[in-house]
Amino acid sequence: MGEVERVFRAEHGRAVAVLVRVFGDIDVAEEAVQDAFAEAVRRWPDSGTPPSPAGWIVTTARNRAIDRLRRESSRAGRHAEAALLHAAGEPAEEGAVPDDRLRLVFTCCHPALAPAARVALTLRLLGGLTTAEIARAFLVPEPTMAQRLVRAKGKIRAARIPYRVPREADLPDRVRAVLAVVYLIFTEGHGAIRADLCTEAIRLGRLLVSLMPDEPEAWGLLALMLLTESRRATRTGPDGELVLLADQDRGRWDRRLIAEGQAIVRECLRRDRPGPYQVQAAISAVHSDARTAGDTDWGQIVQLYDQLLALTPTPVVALHRAVAVAEVSGPAAALDLTDDLDLAGHHPYHAVRADLLRRLGRAREAADEYVAAIATTTNPAEKEFFAARLAGLR
Amino acid sequence: MTRYLMSIYQPDGDPPPDEVLAPLMRELDRLNDEMRAAGVWVFGAGLHPPGTATVLRAAGGEVLTTDGPFAEGKEHLGGFTVIEAADLDEALDWGRRLAEVVTLPIEVRPLHG
Repeated sequence: MGEVERVFRAEHGRAVAVLVRVFGDIDVAEEAVQDAFAEAVRRWPDSGTPPSPAGWIVTTARNRAIDRLRRESSRAGRHAEAALLHAAGEPAEEGAVPDDRLRLVFTCCHPALAPAARVALTLRLLGGLTTAEIARAFLVPEPTMAQRLVRAKGKIRAARIPYRVPREADLPDRVRAVLAVVYLIFTEGHGAIRADLCTEAIRLGRLLVSLMPDEPEAWGLLALMLLTESRRATRTGPDGELVLLADQDRGRWDRRLIAEGQAIVRECLRRDRPGPYQVQAAISAVHSDARTAGDTDWGQIVQLYDQLLALTPTPVVALHRAVAVAEVSGPAAALDLTDDLDLAGHHPYHAVRADLLRRLGRAREAADEYVAAIATTTNPAEKEFFAARLAGLR
Repeated sequence: MTRYLMSIYQPDGDPPPDEVLAPLMRELDRLNDEMRAAGVWVFGAGLHPPGTATVLRAAGGEVLTTDGPFAEGKEHLGGFTVIEAADLDEALDWGRRLAEVVTLPIEVRPLHG
């Protein structure tokens, strides 16, 4: 990776955030930052990288934007004039930068925007991904993604979605919305095993804990992603087939990610302000502790699921809890727990029931559930896995 | 400051009986007073039922007059309030209050200019 590209990845979010504050407009900020990086590509190879690359980018972007806006405002651009006026009222200093990025986080993840738009904006503005990269990651045509971004930015401008950290009373809900966006990016990457999205989500997770160090759920989310990521290499076999947690080669789990994730979980336990991400991370940490699948402390996992179910009483959590119960009290007890869950059409539900029925020797009912699981998943590796299990019943 | 239209969408058919509607309207009056006191209220009104509407369409040099609402659906615009707010968060705070009072969906939309 070239020097400019490295700086781009590291500093894009920061630079855009400062310039959104200065100009009060996302498009102006994005264009200015793009101009500045283009200038860097031209100049840095000869002049060398400046001592403060981020500062250079922000200053250059700001000056470029002002030049451009002056040209445009003389040609009847009311929009350009507004941005210039906004800039005149903003201090020139590049300090207080973490605040700017935090403001941008809350703007990108505003609940008035559609979830898909929040994800796209966050990756584009804070992550510095190109529209083409985001489109590729979400398997949509580039013009569709471009339109989604244009529409979202248009709404931010017209409806005046604010660029600020929400007030205290709204903060818990709004923080939850922000964490959900980052987790959505991670699970999208994880479900389809697209490593780039997982890496990006973890990078954003690290940004969130640096911006909100007192928010235990931000730490919980980061730990959950790190621990999940630690198993990535072992989640699929040589032909891309799915490998279950119990069958994974634990020697190939990434010990560095596990150590980091577990240290965060311990710190969360010490703080004792639990939340859903922290508890899920703790469950993942228990799995990471077990040298073999047989060593897993399922009793502790059931207890953690009890806690998670109390925090988020949803059928999906109850389903995961049933899987843990099966290991402690046997498949019959677990199957009973799944009977009343209203999850028909949710493929993990059918997969869990299929497996429990299979273990109970009820092959015909198990087969029906595998068929339902195959019909409801969109992931080819999972489809293949269920088909193989179905064939194994006969 | 930006002006926002808060539209109240109500299901077609008869309005709720008076014993339900009357306390609700009193609450709505109180909220409108509060908006006026806060200096955000610009204009607002309740509408007669869609059956009272008339639609005009310009076509081929003349204007066609037809009876009834423009769009037939399961819901219709029952009333609206225009407020002036610093940003969407402030507008949504008032919109939330309105939704709680009328217990109907509220659409919040910025006005040009």
